[in-house]
Amino acid sequence: MAQAEHASESFDVAVIGGGMVGTAIAYGCAARGARPALLDQGDLSLRAARANAGLIYSQGKGEGLPAYAAWTRRSISLWPAFAEVMASAASRPIGFRQRGVLAFCLGEEELEARRALLQRMHNQLGGPAAPVHLLDRHAVEAMLPDVRLGPRVVGATYSPEDCDVNALPLLRALNAGFLQAGGTHLLERTVARIIPRGDGFDIVSDRDTVHAAKVVVACGLGIPHLAPMVGLHAPVRPVRGQMIVTERLAPMLPIPGSGVRQIHEGVVQIGTTTEEGEIVPATTVADLARMAARAVQVIPALAEARIVRSWAGIRPMTPDGCPIYQQSPAHPGAFVAVCHSGVTLCAAHAGPLAEGILAGKLPDDVADLQPDRFDAHTT
Amino acid sequence: MLTRPESATLPTNDTLTVYFAGRPIAARAGDSVAAALLAGGITVTRQTPVTGAARGPYCMMGACFDCLAVVDGRPSVQTCMTQVRDGMRIDRQDGARGLAIEP
Repeated sequence: MAQAEHASESFDVAVIGGGMVGTAIAYGCAARGARPALLDQGDLSLRAARANAGLIYSQGKGEGLPAYAAWTRRSISLWPAFAEVMASAASRPIGFRQRGVLAFCLGEEELEARRALLQRMHNQLGGPAAPVHLLDRHAVEAMLPDVRLGPRVVGATYSPEDCDVNALPLLRALNAGFLQAGGTHLLERTVARIIPRGDGFDIVSDRDTVHAAKVVVACGLGIPHLAPMVGLHAPVRPVRGQMIVTERLAPMLPIPGSGVRQIHEGVVQIGTTTEEGEIVPATTVADLARMAARAVQVIPALAEARIVRSWAGIRPMTPDGCPIYQQSPAHPGAFVAVCHSGVTLCAAHAGPLAEGILAGKLPDDVADLQPDRFDAHTT
Repeated sequence: MLTRPESATLPTNDTLTVYFAGRPIAARAGDSVAAALLAGGITVTRQTPVTGAARGPYCMMGACFDCLAVVDGRPSVQTCMTQVRDGMRIDRQDGARGLAIEP
């Protein structure tokens, strides 16, 4: 049986968590010639990628934490080449496009709030994650000749370097690339314990025990349970996101929007919510109606489109919304990685982050993204 | 080709005419559009947006969405859930539908 075959095996790296973050790191390790194992639960485990809107998105990210803005920008700069590698690893397109992203503003108040956010990001040390332009309604209309905007759309902010991609095909591509590079999938396992040993770590699951020189705890909401076993600390809480997709429509929205995006195959994706304290991935009529109503306020003709599916997913959220990375001071070789932006940061996770983990030193880019920023400061 | 059972043959004064891609099809009052099309020998009502594969009425009960067509200018109508009306115009829905630019 599979577990007997792996029970005595030892790996260079064991990544716990086969979601968007863990799989990107595991893929990056495999692509660099290491021998990684990726431990994951089954199809029923919470999967944040399910509630991901598919934006590779910089707007507003890293306010108050310039390292997050810079890390986001680095990932976006890596994305076009990374997308080509992913597309060739996958057996189907991943829908990557670099056309920028529009954040529509309904009413002057929203426009003013966006303007103030841009100003704050502009003024902060290190600047915004990527260039963002404030567009008036006419400029937005010129970019979207095939739709009639709703009367309340007064403008939008537009980040031309941002991209979009389809999250589930991307996750599938990461998995395919991981296996093609010689990675080992250890599926249907719930990790119960991580035991530091002199030469690495034993990872004990309900199926077997594997050994690895390094371990990466990247299991989202499972992190608070496992990370302390290797001296790591990453506070995460669940937030729920709900999604709507319409029937396939003729191309009309060439530039993805925040909250309303037409994917390359024609579906318009609407969402998502950010609901605190919800741990059941279920939809609510009130939230779906509110999301749909906003999309119709942006593009009134969407009222004609049929909704074919709606669903919800649970995503991890950190106290400040920014990613957390750390190597354990007590048990070097043990790492934690968690974020709410697994798609945007995917290229950075598969690239410089995986490289740093293999080298035993996290990249300087994430030095300010350690969890000690949540400790009480005394000055 | 699908045919109506003998027992379902109705007197001529219950028949009406619908048009599929401009071609007249005899229907009977109370037919669903899908039933009338199948009885008239029409099995393909649309082509899928992604691969262009042919689709037509299948479940006949509103579940599969394979029978979508353009009915009296309105796209994505479930023909199995829509009753015929004399003079109704039905057209194939090939590829992704559009939305009217004027709401």
